[in-house]
Amino acid sequence: MSCKWCHNPESQSPAVQKLYTASKCIGAQDCIEVCPNHALTLTKKGIITDFDLCKLCGKCAEACPTKAIEMSGRLYDIDEILKIIEREKVHFEHSGGGVTFSGGEPLMYHNYLIDLLKECGNKNLHRTVDTSGFADTEIVLEVAEHTDLFLYDLKLLDNEKHKKWTGVSNQLILKNLKVLAEIEANINIRIPLIKNVNSDENELTKMAEFISELPGEQAVNLLPYHNIAKNKYNKLGEVYNEFDMAEAPEAEQTRAVKIFQTFGIDVEIGG
Amino acid sequence: MTFAEIQSTITPERAAGAEGNFYKSPKKTIGPGMNKRIQLLRKQSVETQESLSIERALITTKFYKENYGKYSESVMRALNFLEICNQKTIYIGSGELIVGERGPAPKSIPTFPELTCHSVEDFHVLNTRDQQQYTISQKDIDIYEREVIPYWSGRTMRERIFSHVPKEWQAAYEAGVFTEFMEQRAPGHTALDGKIYQKGMLDFKKEINNHIKSLDFLNDPEATEKLEQLKAMDISCDAVIVFAERHADLALKMAASETNTQRIKELNRIAEVCRRVPANAPRNLWEAIQMYWFVHLGTITELNGWDAMNPGHFDQHLTPFYEQEIAAGTLTRNQAKELISCFWIKVNNHPAPPKVGITARESGTFNDFTNINIGGLKSDGSDGVSEVSYIILEIIEELHILQPGNSVHISTKTPDKFLNAAVKVIRQGHGYPSVFNPDIYIEEMLRQGKLLQDAREGGCSGCIEVGAFGKEAYLLTGYLNVPKILEITLNSGIDPLTGKVAGIDTGNPRNLKTFEELYSAFLKQLNYVVELKVSVSNYIDKMFAKYAPAPFLSVVIDDCISEGKDYYNGGPRYNTNYIQCTGLGTVTDSLSALKKHVFEDKTIDMETLLNAVYNNFEGDEKLRQRIINRTPFFGNDDEYADKIAIRVYNDLLAAIDGKPNTKGESFHLNMLSTTCHVYFGKVLGAMPNGRFAGKSISDGTSPSHGCDIYGPTNVIRSLGKLDQTKSGGTLLNLRFVPSLVKREKDIEKLGHLIRSYFTLGGHHIQFNIVDTATLLAAQNCPEDYKDLLVRMAGYSDYFNDMNADLQQEVIDRTENEEF
Repeated sequence: MSCKWCHNPESQSPAVQKLYTASKCIGAQDCIEVCPNHALTLTKKGIITDFDLCKLCGKCAEACPTKAIEMSGRLYDIDEILKIIEREKVHFEHSGGGVTFSGGEPLMYHNYLIDLLKECGNKNLHRTVDTSGFADTEIVLEVAEHTDLFLYDLKLLDNEKHKKWTGVSNQLILKNLKVLAEIEANINIRIPLIKNVNSDENELTKMAEFISELPGEQAVNLLPYHNIAKNKYNKLGEVYNEFDMAEAPEAEQTRAVKIFQTFGIDVEIGG
Repeated sequence: MTFAEIQSTITPERAAGAEGNFYKSPKKTIGPGMNKRIQLLRKQSVETQESLSIERALITTKFYKENYGKYSESVMRALNFLEICNQKTIYIGSGELIVGERGPAPKSIPTFPELTCHSVEDFHVLNTRDQQQYTISQKDIDIYEREVIPYWSGRTMRERIFSHVPKEWQAAYEAGVFTEFMEQRAPGHTALDGKIYQKGMLDFKKEINNHIKSLDFLNDPEATEKLEQLKAMDISCDAVIVFAERHADLALKMAASETNTQRIKELNRIAEVCRRVPANAPRNLWEAIQMYWFVHLGTITELNGWDAMNPGHFDQHLTPFYEQEIAAGTLTRNQAKELISCFWIKVNNHPAPPKVGITARESGTFNDFTNINIGGLKSDGSDGVSEVSYIILEIIEELHILQPGNSVHISTKTPDKFLNAAVKVIRQGHGYPSVFNPDIYIEEMLRQGKLLQDAREGGCSGCIEVGAFGKEAYLLTGYLNVPKILEITLNSGIDPLTGKVAGIDTGNPRNLKTFEELYSAFLKQLNYVVELKVSVSNYIDKMFAKYAPAPFLSVVIDDCISEGKDYYNGGPRYNTNYIQCTGLGTVTDSLSALKKHVFEDKTIDMETLLNAVYNNFEGDEKLRQRIINRTPFFGNDDEYADKIAIRVYNDLLAAIDGKPNTKGESFHLNMLSTTCHVYFGKVLGAMPNGRFAGKSISDGTSPSHGCDIYGPTNVIRSLGKLDQTKSGGTLLNLRFVPSLVKREKDIEKLGHLIRSYFTLGGHHIQFNIVDTATLLAAQNCPEDYKDLLVRMAGYSDYFNDMNADLQQEVIDRTENEEF
């Protein structure tokens, strides 16, 4: 699954990724010298990586004095992660906050995720899982046993459009949401509100209808679209294609809220 | 392109005032304020140009010419104060309810030639400089040159002090290793407790005379000296009563020629209030506020003590009057708010007295650092928040003026409702209120040996320094440039900027084999500097005790009357001297870079690094980048760097804490920088942490600019590792973009951050809620941002009143976009 508007494109792939920030580059060329595969060249636009040659060994990132080249994604063992989480404990106690596992898609690493959730549970930390819901139902159910709150993304009810914008069918996602609602999991449904994708009355009504028919009372957060992630795509050497995606104008946002309210849904912009 | 050039070409990513910026440029004809009276008084206060008045200098000079030598120093000071109160112009402005000005009119500031005498050239600079301008007429300059300057030449406190300091001190001072507070102003930094709401000047006189009667001239060798002090205190009580009476007379005179019946009523009331206080204890809210204001004016007219004067826990002092009057139906909430607003504007009418030998470099601000404490704990340990606390928060938000500074005090007993109300004001982005942790500062004071109830009645005054209100003289003596001490260590005692000797030769750094050797050389240098500083501070303290006693201030600070001793001479119950250490972040990061790259990884040799630093990294950008990107820096909850910070902090403490002062007590450590980190940066070459020469060093206990890259919760954890209880104050600046605190939910989030820091043992935290785009836009179009207030150090200042270096320092602070 890869949504066109994804804000964390570097986390879509489970592999290590290389990020390059041209504005930080001072042309030191240490990276070129150390690259065992001769994959780098300096151009007017900065350092260019030939990904056919690059083995993502990370030597260039180590050599770069300015951190213009950075490697994204690294492996942590459970203890390392728990140590990092533990450091925030004082703040958690005051804020009543806890840990949110997001991504990318945390369910992609479900075995690891479940171990972590269990450990956090042992420490009485509040556990939130931010998911697209695109995973096997058994996995979702197992994760639910150790999760206090789901931030569950819903993009489109229209399956053809869903395929077009995210690359996958929404059937599994809708099924899992229903299953979670049935077992009375604590869910916060989050809908990115994107003009020309899902902000039309028809689509919103369909979503509101679906949500209102779920067991229990489900709260919705509408997240207006923005393109702040553009930079990240550049860093990955990718192009961010906005198509005709845009922030829904104020009036459309107000209308969206009203649509959900007519279905008796507790709805909020942002969150 | 140099770094500075890159900096100057940065353009805002989005227009200031766009979504997320709360700041709106003022378009209304009348400014903010609760009603027309307050709006007009505020407008007048904000728009009046700061000016100098020579009236006080003329009265003082004439009095000294005629009387010097006839009386003891203390009685002479008191009589001079009485003379000023008798002679000075009395001012009651239209619409005013709370009355009294130090000068002849709002924002007209007297000079204090007996302490520091301005030269003709100083006046010309003050008259014409771009920032913090104080106007004075040529006619007045001529009179000053003729009447004032010749008499004081060679007699001022400043000259007495500077003609006697050792040359080693002078060398270190000139290199910018430390500053000296008392070369410009008298020792001050004090705040009041609740006694002036219980007792009037007539009551104090009774106490004074009882003590005079009980003096034992047979057995007490100091009895004669005590008699002189007590006589002086007695006279100074008369002085403020006279001062108030003259206001009453003027009010009645004005009422006689006034046509507006409402105003006639007000003027008659003013007369009644001024007849009552400060001679007697106040009976109602109006009298209570006026009482404080006369005492405030008395202390800042007598001398120009640092940080003006401070009412301390003003909300707690006013609460009994407020509650009693609300219950009796003699006052409404709005009337109370109006009266307190009038007081607020009065404080704003009093900019700091300008310095002499003006460079406007060390501390360029009109702010005189009155810092009103809101909330906190009562002396019985219970929660001190009341309705008056909320009224004051409303006033701060509505008036948003430069002075008085204000702070909220958040103990574990303080309700969240109050914290959230305070955060709502903080997010307006005026830089105040700052936030203090009474649970920690009470512990700080207990550690220094104060009684529990005195510690609880204490709080902060000035910027972040704490003391026992109404019972303590806690003098800030000057800032210590800690990174400069490291720089000198790395240059064998020589200041590399001037080539002159500034410290002791601790050996050639190139011969150092281990980090420990380097660190012990640094410690040796540090101890040398501290001892130099302390010995001269003690000398200065004695000079003030002898030649510039403060009898009126002594009346209102326990136990000066019962001890028969002056405020400057050990009269107060507690007597503390502070040295404020600046640049913990810069020095930690520099030591961290040296330790890691030179001594441990050995990837950079000492010679290479010292050369790069000496040449301000010219041609060594690769090396500099490697350092700034590959060194553990303070403020990221990184053990490597934080351990160094803790070590430096503890060693500063060891060097300073417990050094004897002249009053049988001791020096303590304070971690404040005010604006001095900018001045100290100017006189510091490049540092091993990659900081360029001339750039500001880190402020207070904050991380170096832009080096805290993992967000505020990591910053507070790093700072939480310092045992702040052992200091007399630390300072943490955080800057947030406005969109981070836009929603109602975010208010609680900021509150949680504050609570978390305080749980970790934080003393103080303050916020700037302003984005870089707004600051850059304000630099480009100053006229559109006339009242953009930002948090500087322990106070807020108008961005446009700050010089370019100070502005850049605020812009360089890490901009947090998430919690």
